[in-house]
Amino acid sequence: MSQELFDRFTKTAVSLLSVDAGKVTREARFKEDLEADSLDLVEFVMALEEEFGVEVPEKELEGITTVGQAFDLIAAKTK
Amino acid sequence: MSRVVLITGGSRGIGLATAQRFAALGDKVAITYNTTVPTGDFLAVQCDVTKQDDVDRAFAAVEEALGPVEVLVSNAGITRDGLLLRMKEADFAEVIDANLTGAFRVSKRATQSMLRARKGRIILVSSVVGLLGQAGQANYAAYKAGLVGFARSLARELGSRSITVNVVAPGPVDTDMTKGLGEEKLAAFAELVPLGRIATVEEISGVITFLASTDAAYITGAVIPVDGGLGMGH
Repeated sequence: MSQELFDRFTKTAVSLLSVDAGKVTREARFKEDLEADSLDLVEFVMALEEEFGVEVPEKELEGITTVGQAFDLIAAKTK
Repeated sequence: MSRVVLITGGSRGIGLATAQRFAALGDKVAITYNTTVPTGDFLAVQCDVTKQDDVDRAFAAVEEALGPVEVLVSNAGITRDGLLLRMKEADFAEVIDANLTGAFRVSKRATQSMLRARKGRIILVSSVVGLLGQAGQANYAAYKAGLVGFARSLARELGSRSITVNVVAPGPVDTDMTKGLGEEKLAAFAELVPLGRIATVEEISGVITFLASTDAAYITGAVIPVDGGLGMGH
């Protein structure tokens, strides 16, 4: 996992979800740990698409509940 | 108030009256027009709401000149009247695309900045015919009814961000659009209205500015009839 990519990911999460950077760990759950609701997540994904220049279809977001899962999804697309 | 207000279809009729009213309240007003270039105390931006590019360009122009849109009034509308058997599919599709999908395009774009601001007002201008029906206006009535379901879905999606979404449903109003119906038909309309007359545009614009005011902060997903009693029970 590229630290540089994860840092950019974290930065987006901090600004969009208004959470402390320290809370953005691979294990963190969006809903329970970061208190993000479904609308927050949609906004977050849109911001990630912009930040990383990727496209994430709605379908691929199914079952994504943790920061690690979301990061892997984005990281795989930036290759 | 000094909010940024964007009104689609602001060159005439209800849209223009609404623009003037918001401007008189001290708001920063922008309107979109398609063909008729209006003049007044507001920023006028050309925009064909059937084109996403136009919508994006119009919002960018408004944001640059005035700031993010805080109040959206989706009012642009066209008619292609005709009895069902004579109505071409294109007449139906055009009305839906310009009016209902047009409302979708502008609402979606406006929502971006409203979500960030954690507040916003979206007001969709429908019509009494949406729920009452009107011979010769199956396409127009379908779009106006469609706005209600659209608005109520948005009200649920966006409520947690203090964004309200409401519908205003006017009855017959004295505008260029209704003048096209002819004196006789308008007089017949007025007879059906319990209040016995058609509305002035100011009677509609006043309800729109109310829905954008702090007094209306707890109203969302509502369909407000402004129809002289014509649609009672619908």
